[in-house]
Amino acid sequence: MTKAGTTVAPADAPAPAVRLPRRRGIELALIVLAVLLCVYGYCAVGLAKNGTVPPGAAGYGAGLGVLALVAHGAVRLRAPCADPLLLPIGVLLNGLGLVLIYRLDLETPGDRAAPAQLVWSTVGVALFIAVVLALRDHRVLQRYAYVCVAAALVLLVLPILFPAVNGARIWIRIAGFSIQPGEFAKVLLAVFFAAYLAANRNALAFAGRRFWGLQLPTGRVLGPLLAIWLISVGVLVLERDLGTSLLFFGLFVVLLYVATGLTGWIALGLLLAAVGAFAVGWLEPHVHSRVEDWLHPFASIEAGQGPNQLAQSLFAFAAGGILGSGLGLGHSVLIGFAAKSDFILATAGEELGLAGLSAIFLLYGLLVERGYRAGLALRDPFGRLLAIGLASIVALQVFVIAGGVGGLIPLTGMAMPFLAQGGSSVVTNWAIVALLIRVSDSARGQYDGEETP
Amino acid sequence: MTRYIRHAACFCALLLMALLVNATRVQVFQARSHDENPANRRENIARYGQQRGDILVGGRPVTGSRDTGEQLRYERTYANGPLYAPVTGFASQEYGTTFLEHAEDGLLSGADPLLTPFPLWNDFTRSRNPGGNVVTTLNRAAQKAAYDGLGGRKGAVAAVEPATGRILALVSSPSYDPAVLSGNDPGVGRSWARLNDDVDRPMLNRAVRQTYPPGSTFKVVTAAAALDAGVIKDVDEPTDSPAPYTLPGTRTSLTNESEGCADLSLREAFRWSCNTVFAKLGVEVGVGDMTATAHAFGFNDRSLRIPFSVSPSTFDPTVDKAQLALSSIGQYNTRATPLQMAMVAAAVANGGQIRTPYLVERTTTDDGDTVTTAGSRPVRQAMQPSTAVRLKELMTQVVTEGTGTNAAIAGATVGGKTGTAQHGVGNSGTPYAWFVSWAQGERDIEPRVAVAVVVEDASANRGEITGGGVAAPIARAVMQKVLNSRK
Repeated sequence: MTKAGTTVAPADAPAPAVRLPRRRGIELALIVLAVLLCVYGYCAVGLAKNGTVPPGAAGYGAGLGVLALVAHGAVRLRAPCADPLLLPIGVLLNGLGLVLIYRLDLETPGDRAAPAQLVWSTVGVALFIAVVLALRDHRVLQRYAYVCVAAALVLLVLPILFPAVNGARIWIRIAGFSIQPGEFAKVLLAVFFAAYLAANRNALAFAGRRFWGLQLPTGRVLGPLLAIWLISVGVLVLERDLGTSLLFFGLFVVLLYVATGLTGWIALGLLLAAVGAFAVGWLEPHVHSRVEDWLHPFASIEAGQGPNQLAQSLFAFAAGGILGSGLGLGHSVLIGFAAKSDFILATAGEELGLAGLSAIFLLYGLLVERGYRAGLALRDPFGRLLAIGLASIVALQVFVIAGGVGGLIPLTGMAMPFLAQGGSSVVTNWAIVALLIRVSDSARGQYDGEETP
Repeated sequence: MTRYIRHAACFCALLLMALLVNATRVQVFQARSHDENPANRRENIARYGQQRGDILVGGRPVTGSRDTGEQLRYERTYANGPLYAPVTGFASQEYGTTFLEHAEDGLLSGADPLLTPFPLWNDFTRSRNPGGNVVTTLNRAAQKAAYDGLGGRKGAVAAVEPATGRILALVSSPSYDPAVLSGNDPGVGRSWARLNDDVDRPMLNRAVRQTYPPGSTFKVVTAAAALDAGVIKDVDEPTDSPAPYTLPGTRTSLTNESEGCADLSLREAFRWSCNTVFAKLGVEVGVGDMTATAHAFGFNDRSLRIPFSVSPSTFDPTVDKAQLALSSIGQYNTRATPLQMAMVAAAVANGGQIRTPYLVERTTTDDGDTVTTAGSRPVRQAMQPSTAVRLKELMTQVVTEGTGTNAAIAGATVGGKTGTAQHGVGNSGTPYAWFVSWAQGERDIEPRVAVAVVVEDASANRGEITGGGVAAPIARAVMQKVLNSRK
């Protein structure tokens, strides 16, 4: 790294000596496979529920296929060296999510969510295409770091002005649409963190006193860390959204560690997080009840009130067993409220079994791994941190919600990336994939056969 | 920086591992306990997601299933609920199952592994077999005759085929329609409360779950014990018994309903149902032999299943002589279910042998393939064959020229014994009218049916109540129907 700051990093290195295969054909083949898998799932649901192939199967397949192919065209045009796995994984997860939501719609005839989700997916793919076409170089984003953080804070604060929905103030309702601004804020914050840390990482790493063997940061750079911590706690307390605050803080700590390599900071961060989580878990009744449910998922059954959502979710996973009941043949609708959003993974677990659930986890794992790979291959610190940040958002989010519905950690309301019902989430995830495509294109395009420093 | 990226990647890999391990924990290791959690509705959804198998009487189903279109889809229906309620019991989505619906639940609901074509097939395909059918031993006409005979009065009828132990009729009255308990709507809860609060206890199965003092009908057992023990060598010899009889060790004197019981022979005493003679006989036989004979007839047996459990009939083995005297005429602690008394009559009719009674002839899959058959039931010798021959003769005389003439059937050999059991403090309760009997048609080589009838609220005038007046006509109607039906 030759230069640090919020300005654009120096111009490209000399032309690559070794040209990597572009692998766009592989991407196309995988997209076709992903679309076929989703159409197969769609047909399986119809066959299981009604004994016939659903009438919209061809339209659904064509719609998803066209979206995916247009996105593929955009990648071919403007990011020819991009990682060939990212787009197919996005298409497969999004398509699978649509199948699961369509399947749950059949149980709740009065409340259809799949058409809206398809519209949002289209918007998401449109955003993906726009980002891939318009953003020629990810380093441009570095210029807008403080714009991003300002926008993110506005988006986070906005829902406080709106009434709480189901105990959490994370939605705003405009003209019949509910939007979760916190979802968009994630990407903006990742851009800001990456830019801020890329500029200040040397100052953060080497300044300050040593105390008990730990390299403590100076007050000037400690400020932002405390500010982020306060924002996280603020989000938690004001919006009662444990998941989002956990995600922000986790993202910051990961990026801080990657940027500076200082374990002392990590320890301090974890300590602060633990104190915050513990205090809020005891003091805030909404969060406290979640912790109680996690510790005793069957307490409501013993109290004679019937199983709560978490218990129903565990029942659904258990009913799936190893091979699953088959699409359309489970009873995860017993979960009731939020079965299509936060608890969608329970449907996947019941109907696709441990086998299908593991496959979904591995797909997410692969997505994250491709992000990290791009981060490793890149040269500029901003690009690296951005790739790591975006991939870590996916990883942390999947862990928080999948761990929550599976009884591994306290349940926090959060959308499973791509799978869950929720427009803001789908659009945001397509933006993440678009940015990963962009950085991976840079990473592979600039490769010159030498090891990165 | 590369090193730290790798560390962060390892952290993400750890998170992935944690998720995979957790999924395995929930979906594999905890799966069974979650599946079996009573709050988990999946088992019920699967159970009621298909039609329940039927219970057949005389080749025709007396049950059915109704598609409600609800989450618990199929509800039980009954063709003639009150008539067969003591046999079928109910199958409720809310309150579980009873009687045959309970005892054969695995087969009826399709959960029974015997219904599976190959072992572990269902575990692999996650399917459930269609519910199997239960073919009962009941005789449609006899069941109907018994139910109509009771006519809503409190009481019960049990009829068995002596040679096999097949139960031909099992009726309890007053009855109820089990269909009102099938579903899960609020009306079911109200019906449940109403049936439980009813003072007549319509859900009580009086034929197998209620014991009554058997009164004079128990004299069949006492006579068998006296003959087997050698206390009586000749049924026509005078028994040297006073009337009234003072109970040993007390000043209580036991009297008879009819005059002239003193020193009567066993034959005459049986015909006129002399309490004094049988009380004295019981004491002479002794508590050991009396208990042994009662036990051989099936008293004090807690293990009888037909296939649902039958309340044990009792003969108290820890009695003094006065109590033994009363026990021997079916009072004191002697109590019997109607089914038990039908078995007593059947033992006499079947040469002293008792076949364990049963209700289920065979079970089949939904398309009629046999799953299980009743097969041959264990047999027990209740008395010596010669004793049975002599008792048959005594019982026949009761019907031809004694207290049981109301049970006579033209062209058939009928043997019977009446009984009137008193109960309550100072005998204040309404007496129970009993009749036990067996019948053999003209062309039959052995008796075809043995019946026991008990009627609780026999009549307002206690003096008139004898089993012969109230219970014998019901027994006669049931035996007539069995004799008329094709073998």
